[in-house]
Amino acid sequence: MAWADLIILIMVVLVLAGAGAALFLENLLGAAVATALVSLGVSVFFVILRAPDVALTEAAVGAGLSGLLLALAAKRLGLWRIEVQQDSEDAGDSSC
Amino acid sequence: MSEFALLTLLIGALSLIAIGIGGLVLSRNLFRIVLALSLAEAGANLLLVLVGFRRDAIAPIIEQGHALTATMVDPIPQAMVLTAIVIGVGVQALALSLAIRAYVAYGTLDMNVMRSRMETDISDAAGAQPATSQHAPAGGRPLPPISAPRLAHNKGAQG
Amino acid sequence: MLTRYGALLFAAGFAFLLFVLFTSQPLGAPTMLAGQAVLNEAAGTVGAANIVTAVVLAYRGIDTLGELSILFAAATAVGLVLGRSHGKQASGEATEPGGFILRAGSDLLFPLLLVVGFYIIVHGHLTPGGGFQGGVVLAAAFVLPVLARPSETVSHAAMAWVEGLAGTAFIATGLAALAVDHAFLAPLLGTGQLGALLSGGTLPLLYLAVGLKVGAELASLLLRMTEEESGT
Repeated sequence: MAWADLIILIMVVLVLAGAGAALFLENLLGAAVATALVSLGVSVFFVILRAPDVALTEAAVGAGLSGLLLALAAKRLGLWRIEVQQDSEDAGDSSC
Repeated sequence: MSEFALLTLLIGALSLIAIGIGGLVLSRNLFRIVLALSLAEAGANLLLVLVGFRRDAIAPIIEQGHALTATMVDPIPQAMVLTAIVIGVGVQALALSLAIRAYVAYGTLDMNVMRSRMETDISDAAGAQPATSQHAPAGGRPLPPISAPRLAHNKGAQG
Repeated sequence: MLTRYGALLFAAGFAFLLFVLFTSQPLGAPTMLAGQAVLNEAAGTVGAANIVTAVVLAYRGIDTLGELSILFAAATAVGLVLGRSHGKQASGEATEPGGFILRAGSDLLFPLLLVVGFYIIVHGHLTPGGGFQGGVVLAAAFVLPVLARPSETVSHAAMAWVEGLAGTAFIATGLAALAVDHAFLAPLLGTGQLGALLSGGTLPLLYLAVGLKVGAELASLLLRMTEEESGT
């Protein structure tokens, strides 16, 4: 197995782990960050697949702007907390 | 790039789509549904670009000094994905703003709780008992007292 | 519980269907009927070194116009759903300025982001990048000062004007091509020398309009999100 294959395999595993984290993390702000991280990993795949235009868009939109949008929405939805609270009464509920 | 790497990327893209759809269907939290939608979208974009990939080809940009006849990857899926990514962020913003509105109106992001509060509200406006068991007054909005004759009249009208 | 397993089964089955569909063709060797034709033709007819730009603006220009309409509709709907804010509240933590690093960083980054954004837009037909990417960078440039100092605001009316004028310019360029060349959004003004900054006919102008429109739309969308709740 060549080095490039190994790096791609590790990246795919990391991106899938990020996707799992986005769905299973209790802290929804952390889940939003995990989603932005998945976008960042996918933009690296676009570079590997010889699509620099798409990679630039995904990095700017998916990882940057969309993350900012999710963070601002999380602030307005009252999800803006760094630590997980014990009572999952108001929307801090792991639902998967 | 080897066959193994391409297959890995294909399985990764399909897994992203599957994880996204699964999260979309199984999540009860509106915010997490938006996140799952974004994941599925990233997987679909990766799949489209992967389909247009060509082995031993360069990016579809002509550089000075290169021959015009160099092998290039397919530019059309890339252009479509470029479009899809920007539309995706617009859809995400709209979904988030709707989630914010729903949160302001019902004080929760959980779909089940929101549904029961919505049912309470609707039956409340109609002046009848909720269809299911009586829920506790939620979100600081106590139920107005229902007068007995009105209730009887409504039940008669429905039956 | 049954719906839960059914949903999981559906997601897995859908992925398996796509897997079978996409491995039935050899990976890494697409047929590329239209793609190869575009690759052969684009440099000569459109004159853009970046062929993805040629596809986005010349071959699929109406597609891009539709995308801009969708983005416009989404931004308008967000404004409609979130409502108009009746001035900022004077009190509350939202109007306090951010920390020193955030304020100094935003002052430092604002001109740099502007330059980078316009560079990406203007070189869209030569290098990776273009109106969408540069527009996002421009939007970030205008949102960053508001994040650092929430008491400052950017005028929504000015944003709407920029957005409207850019959209009008895009459509006007397309209509001019319709009058001259009998095809909507056909590239005008000759192709120029491949790889030069002033090449590709009207493509840089179209991308400039796209960049300004996307930047103004996304910036007003983000600013709408940062604003405090008005009615409640």
